[in-house]
Amino acid sequence: MNRTAAPAEPSKKAPEGTLSGWGRIPLPGSERFGEDLEGLSASADLCRGLGRSYGDSSLPARPTDRVVNTVLADRLLSFDPASGRVRAEAGFSVRELYRVFLKQGWFTPVTPGTSFVTLGGMVASDVHGKNHHSAGTIGRHITALRVRVADGRVIDCSPQQEPELFWGTIGGMGLTGHVLEVELQLEAVPSPWILQESERIPNIDSFLERLEATAHDWPMTVGWIDCVTQGPSLGRGLLMCGRWARPEEAPKAFPRQLPRLKLPFVLPDFVLGPLSVRAFNTAFYWKHIPQKKRGIVHPETYFYPLDAILDWNKAYGKRGFTQYQAVLPKDNARRSARAFLELLTREGGASFLCVIKDCGPEGSGLLSFPRPGVSVALDIKMTDRTQHLIDALNAFVIAEGGRIYLTKDQLTRPEDLRRMEPRLDRFTALRRKWDPQLRIRSAQSVRLLGDPPLPETTP
Amino acid sequence: MILAILGATRGMGRALARQAAERGDTLVLLGRDLDELARSAADLRIRSGGRAEVRVVRADLDDIGTLAPGVEAAFAAFGRIDAVVVTAGLFGTQDALEADPAFAARLLTVNLSHTVVFCEAARQRLLAQGGGTLCVFSSVAGDRGRKPVGIYGASKAGLSHYLESLDHKYRAAGLVTICVKPGFVKTGMTAGLKPPPFAGEPDGVAKSVLRAIDRGQPVLYTPAMWALVMAVIRRLPRFVMRKVGF
Repeated sequence: MNRTAAPAEPSKKAPEGTLSGWGRIPLPGSERFGEDLEGLSASADLCRGLGRSYGDSSLPARPTDRVVNTVLADRLLSFDPASGRVRAEAGFSVRELYRVFLKQGWFTPVTPGTSFVTLGGMVASDVHGKNHHSAGTIGRHITALRVRVADGRVIDCSPQQEPELFWGTIGGMGLTGHVLEVELQLEAVPSPWILQESERIPNIDSFLERLEATAHDWPMTVGWIDCVTQGPSLGRGLLMCGRWARPEEAPKAFPRQLPRLKLPFVLPDFVLGPLSVRAFNTAFYWKHIPQKKRGIVHPETYFYPLDAILDWNKAYGKRGFTQYQAVLPKDNARRSARAFLELLTREGGASFLCVIKDCGPEGSGLLSFPRPGVSVALDIKMTDRTQHLIDALNAFVIAEGGRIYLTKDQLTRPEDLRRMEPRLDRFTALRRKWDPQLRIRSAQSVRLLGDPPLPETTP
Repeated sequence: MILAILGATRGMGRALARQAAERGDTLVLLGRDLDELARSAADLRIRSGGRAEVRVVRADLDDIGTLAPGVEAAFAAFGRIDAVVVTAGLFGTQDALEADPAFAARLLTVNLSHTVVFCEAARQRLLAQGGGTLCVFSSVAGDRGRKPVGIYGASKAGLSHYLESLDHKYRAAGLVTICVKPGFVKTGMTAGLKPPPFAGEPDGVAKSVLRAIDRGQPVLYTPAMWALVMAVIRRLPRFVMRKVGF
């Protein structure tokens, strides 16, 4: 029972003297680790956790900025086994939450696609998961936060207390203050196993239809799309529906921790080239021979398939990669999803991994990403054409009235973000209220939100 | 098993306490800050699924007057202690210690004099109850005089020396002494340093230390690779040690 997990590791080391996000595109800077987050945060310009945001949202604006890494501040502070409400320091990870609480019959009500994420990071990104249509984002389940704001005060906030700061911090990319502690309402699960039904889907139109139809019966749904194949089969793929298995359906044994592999080196650039991407996408589609499959799956396999390879981000070669995720509004979702894929294939943005998901109602977080509609996420290897591709996709998303997910972004231009984010002014006003100079900042906030230059810092 | 740990709020001590709590051990946490101890105690209780009994006792290696009373209170908490573990200690780079004699004096006092005073109190109580284990974190830095860890290494060399003598003198009387020699382990203590090859994680160290306590192994290098590394370093001739940077 007492299997000890490998510790949650910060993202694989960037070159010396630099920090990088999951896309492995480094910026100069350094970070401090320590158990005493409350003390360290007092002078911090930015906090970061496990470094799974893809772009520059957890990277320093200037090389000398004081970045604090929260992963050693990982204590559980309180837990009520009757209600499932838990409070922990911001560096506590979903990996640990899974290990500690699943065997006690509880799990986080919302998880992103990796377990290597801290509570603080989940709050800052207001993460969503396969159950967005039924459970919303993590923000809906956060009951309280303790935040170190720019003037040094430590503020307890919740939907009732300092609600503006609370909802600004949910999805606020760590820019409203440093998250020190998080209180979260866990979900009681009937068993630790997942019942999954997967289905081969012939094209993008059926995909949206099936996503909508299955949303009523399944709390969790997600689709994988082959975005290489064009023509009538454009947007074919696999739809995976799931729910926690009932005790009588589930195996008696607790799911054993799955082994994890390491990529020993950065793969050469040709490995994930156009040919191999096409081969993979075709094989993945046709491997699913019956049209429909149903069965019990391991929760790690279900929620975190990519965590099995510890540092899969090395697969994208030396130049690194970015991810693009946008949500297209519900009204036109069917037409715009097809048009999006057509644009993508036209621009040659074939992606190894393309994930589609329908989103439920918008959350209360001031900058929360999901809104009703369909979300598409894809990995894009960095090449000389990547900026052009991102610009083209953004132009499309703006025209459709959608928006992008900041946690994934590396290359969006500030004027494009402004066109898709009418909420920016309110967010900046809130930041200024607590931090008039906008001292708490990231490389992303300077790049995208236009944070003005700071006067020389006094140490 | 009932464990008392001095230094359980951070680093390797934290990892060790978590694994002990998760396997069902009973714990007394000793440290300088009662609030910090209470937060760690809560963490351990929750991680054990509410099974682990955890008490906290104040004892500060900077303050010699708190050590013997701390040991008394720890033994009083549950009536006996099966193993007393010391993971607490100070670290400073050689540059920092050379630049600040007061810091050097404090580090030597905390890591050697006061740790020995604490261990003496624990030894007496363990022998008085008929035996038990004393497991203390020294360091590979104490194995050989080396350039980057001269002063820190001296404190740990003294400590290793003392622990070996305890093992010789009292094992027959039922006191098992374990000297843990971690190599470089990635914790808050070493956060500013560049990890060398074979750097370990606190969880791996904690696992091997619990095993050493269960087996009564007198000296533990951890991660295990460091036994080999240090075997080589101990045998290097002086003219080599003068040349190399480690």
